[in-house]
Formats: sequence, structure tokens, C-alpha cells
Amino acid sequence: MKSIITRKNVVLLGGLVLLVILLGVADATLNNYYLRILQLIGIYIVLTASLNLTNGFTGDFSLGHAAFMAIGGYTSALLTMPLAARALQLAELPVWFQEFVSPFPLATVFGGILAAIIALPVGLVVLRLRGHYLAVATLGLLIIVKSIASNWEPVTRGARGLSGLNAETNLWWAFGWAVITIFVVWRMVHSPFGRSMIAVRDDSVAAASRGVHVFRIRLVAFIMSAFFGGVGGALLAHQLTAITPPTFSFDLTFLIVIMLVIGGSGSVTGSVIGAIIMTILPVILRDLERRFDLPGVSQIIIAAALIAFMIFRRQGLMGHRELHPSTWFMKKPATPASVDAPQQ
Amino acid sequence: MTMNYILQQLVNGLALGSIYALLAIGLTMVYGILRLINFAHGDLMMLGAYVSSIFISATVVPILFAVMIPTLLMAVMGLIVERTAYKPLRGAPEVAMLITSLGVSRLIQNSTVLALSPQPRAFSLPGDLTKTMNVGGIRFTQLDVLTFALVIVLMVLLTLYINRSKTGMAMRASSENLQAARLIGINVNWAIGAAFVLGSALAGTAGFLWASRYGIIDPFMGFLPGVKAFVAAVIGGIGSIRGAVVGGVLLGVAEIGFVGFLPPEFSGYRDAFVFTLLLIVLLVRPNGLFGASEVERA
Repeated sequence: MKSIITRKNVVLLGGLVLLVILLGVADATLNNYYLRILQLIGIYIVLTASLNLTNGFTGDFSLGHAAFMAIGGYTSALLTMPLAARALQLAELPVWFQEFVSPFPLATVFGGILAAIIALPVGLVVLRLRGHYLAVATLGLLIIVKSIASNWEPVTRGARGLSGLNAETNLWWAFGWAVITIFVVWRMVHSPFGRSMIAVRDDSVAAASRGVHVFRIRLVAFIMSAFFGGVGGALLAHQLTAITPPTFSFDLTFLIVIMLVIGGSGSVTGSVIGAIIMTILPVILRDLERRFDLPGVSQIIIAAALIAFMIFRRQGLMGHRELHPSTWFMKKPATPASVDAPQQ
Repeated sequence: MTMNYILQQLVNGLALGSIYALLAIGLTMVYGILRLINFAHGDLMMLGAYVSSIFISATVVPILFAVMIPTLLMAVMGLIVERTAYKPLRGAPEVAMLITSLGVSRLIQNSTVLALSPQPRAFSLPGDLTKTMNVGGIRFTQLDVLTFALVIVLMVLLTLYINRSKTGMAMRASSENLQAARLIGINVNWAIGAAFVLGSALAGTAGFLWASRYGIIDPFMGFLPGVKAFVAAVIGGIGSIRGAVVGGVLLGVAEIGFVGFLPPEFSGYRDAFVFTLLLIVLLVRPNGLFGASEVERA
């Protein structure tokens, strides 16, 4: 049996301990403003890494991530809403529901599960499409979900949204879920299943001819992606403490797509890098925008950067490569090609 | 429900559908050649509406300018967008072009926010255009008549141009098979440029019509009509101009019908209805009404 104490595992454990220490220090020293930005980084890592399953690894370009976030966000909000707020906002729902308050962690998981359950029939329909048609169909899904959120008054309260949630999302939940997402995505991608995903992306006809169940692979990737999308939506809802239909707008989907594209779709560590950069950069830019009173400038810069990326570095910062911290402190490997061998 | 009510809804649907048709033509020409969903197309319509609003508010210039100037300016704008953002991406994967067009869309919207304001502004037509006429109990505004006339004239001109001119022939060849067109010496960049110029010009016209119909303009008004027009192009059969027109008109009539004939509590779902329609069409008849089939290539 292989020893569990490998160099890789030691580095991994060291990294986790370091993360916990850093988060502890941040939690104790930073003010609310910076804590919220850090939480957002964790949430966006969950969202970007999970969108990577479809858009990056399976090659199914989805614009519907915010739809699954909305499902997770609304579901969890309904489950955790404090009794006092419930009596005011959800008077039309059955009594048993009004008295059932779920703890936040459970509600987060429920949000994810419901998103995944809805992703099954949706996937059965939209995944019959590929490429551009899939992109427009998933954009349509987002618009349909938003319409329901805006019009299903007894449950979602329409345009008024749900408010008065407890601010349950903290650094630990945000980064806890980020670590879980990265772990799950990494294990999926580096498994026979993941190799099938990449085969489907690179050449679905060839993959099918080698016995890969193309549709099943795409469907599972879509559902897993939706699960973490729902979780991310739940985390976001409990950071904002109030959600309305515009919370889960096309802008949100677009932001996550930008994170993925800039980090490098097809790289797990790339999506983490993209999420970090594209959480911090807009904050800085918006600050400048306000200071100099130039509305729209932050979005202009981001859009221009995105176009420049598409023209000059289409594969994003990381492309299909991964960062392997466990090899950083090693002497030069004996076979130089082993580390960054492209996954073909 | 009287016959008159049904006919009235039909008129309204045709008017909305005509605007979708104008937008869909540009989208379908570009998609036919480049396999690009130009998400920025609706934003050119928005720019056209803003340009038009300058001439609408000045009482001394004839209304004709409010239609022609945005049409011409957007033709130029379309070419600029194509040459700066899309041309460097020739041969790039579909998704790269799609993401770029989303970026361009965002760039245009926020440049408008920066240059003007994010606030909506009123777009009020001179009185005689909004005057209603009563023909057999159905009310038309002069704007409706202008819309139909404009769309029909533009459609005829465009069809003639595409079918008779050399550039039109180059466009059709490029749409049929870009590689083969290049091989036999067709200047495909010229054909692509022409598709953008013509399509964007129509988007400029559509900007005037859309703003006149709804009386209000804002920097984000173009995105959803643009995407819906793509839905129309898909319904008609992507790549086919005839399909874009038929798809646009059908979508407009269906959307107005959905709002006009169902109980009012459904009207909030009109956007959802459009995209449900798209899903049904894609599943039942993925090539649309007039589209050629597209086999997945290995």
C-alpha cells in the first residue's frame, strides 16, 4: 500500500493549515469592508471552479450559472428566514412551512441539491444542443428563472424579494465551500471521468467512437456544476441578507464567465486565480470610479481587458496548465516535461 | 373578444415583429458567415436610438433625418466594431468570438453610461406621427404605417442587393462555405465587412423604430431585444434572410399574442415565453423554418 505521507499530501496539508491561519488572522484583524471582499473571493471561487466543469472541461459553454445560483439562493433563504421576517413576508405559505427554520449549513446543501435536481430535466433538454445554441438556451434558462422569481409572488415576493436573512456567510463558510469545491472538481477532473470530459470537449465524435457516453458525461458535469452554483447562490444570499430577482442577473453570469476566461478555462487553479483577480479588480476600479465621478469606467476597463484577452491570450492566464505547489521547492525534476505536460 | 380586438393585436404584433425582423437580418447574415452570435448587435440599436433622439428633439430638421442619420452612423459603427474586435479573431474557436461579442456589448453600454448618463430619457415623437387613424375599427398610428413601409422597402432593397450585386454574391458564397469562398479568390473580409455594414445599418433604423414605439431610451435597452432577435433568426432558420424576416414577424405576433390573449397575470412571463419558444423550436426543428441542416463536424 502506498504511504499516505507523500510529499504532495504534506504540502496540501501545510497549505490548508496556512489557509486556516491566514483566515484566522484576517478574521481577527480586518474590518467588515475587507472581510466582505474576502468572503466574496471564497464565494466566487466556488462559482468559477464549478462553472469550469461545464464551460472549461466539458466544453459546454453555459451562460446559465446565475439561474442555478438563484435557485440555491431563494431555496436557502426560504429555509433559513427567521420567524419574525417569515410572518411578515411569507404569510401566504402553508403553516407547517412557516414554522420550519433550517440551520444555515443544511439550507446551503438543500439549495445546491434543488439546483442539481432542476438541472437534470433542464440538462436533458438543453444539452441536446452544443456550442452557440447551448449558450443562448442557457441564457434563456436564466431569463426564465428570473421571470419566475419576479412573478411567483407568494413564494419569492416578486420584485420586493426576500429580506431580513441572518448574515450567516462568514469567512469559514465561504472558504470551507471553496476548498470543498476545488477538492471535488480536482478529483473529478483527475479521474477516468475527467479524462472522458476532456475527450468530449476536444473531440466528441472521437470520444463517442471510443465508447465514451458523451451525453451522460455532459449531463453529470452540468448537474455537478449546478449543485455548486446553488451552493454559491446560498452563500451569496446569506452575505447580502436580502435578495431580489436582479441579484441573479446576467451581469453575475457574465462576471463568473470573465473570471473563468481570464484565469484559463480548463485549469482548476486558473479558475481560483481568475476569481481572486476579478473580485479584487472591480472593487478597486469601482472605488476609482466613484472618486473621479466617472460612472461606467470600471465596466469599460473590464470589458476592454476581456476583449484584449480574447485577442492576445485566448487561453487565459493558465490555459490548460495547473499550479502544482508541491513541486515548487523541489530540485529540477529528472524528466522536465512531467510537470506541465498538456492534458491531451 | 371581438374580431377587432384580434386584428388590433395582430397589428401590434406585426409592428413589434417588424423591428425584430430588422435586427434578425443583421444577426443572421453575420452568423451565416462567421458562426458568431453578435451579442453587441442590440447595443448598436441602442446607439441608433440615442443618435435618433438628437434629431427628434430638434424641431427644425425633418423626421427623415432621425431615421437616416442613425442608419448611416451605425453602418460605420458596425464596420469599426468588426475590424477592431472581431477581425483579429478569424479562425478562433466559436466561444472566443462569443465572449468577445459579450465584451463589446458591455463596452458599448458602459461607454454610453459614461458619455451620457445611466438614467433613461424620454423619446417623444412629433405629434403627427403618433396620431391614430381608424380603419374599420382598428387603430393605426402613422408610426405603424411608417414601420411597415420602412421594413418592406428596406427588405426589398436588401434582397435585391444580396441577389444581384457582386458583393451580395460574395456574401452568399462566404455564407455557403467560407473556406471554399476564400479558395476561389473571394475577398471574404470584404464580404464580412459588408454583412456588418448592412446589418448594423438596419439595427440603426430599428433603434429609431423601437424608441418611437416605447418612448423611452436607456443604455441597456438593446441587449434583450438583440437576444430575442437572435431567437427570431433561429426560428426562421439561421443564415437565411427570408427566415429572419418570417421568424421576426412570427415572434413579434406570438409575443404580443401571449400578452394580449392570456390573463394579465401571465404578462410578466413574456420573456420566459420567448425563450421557451426557442427551446421548443431548437428541439423540434433545430434548423428553423428555412435553414439548411448543419451536420456536426468531427
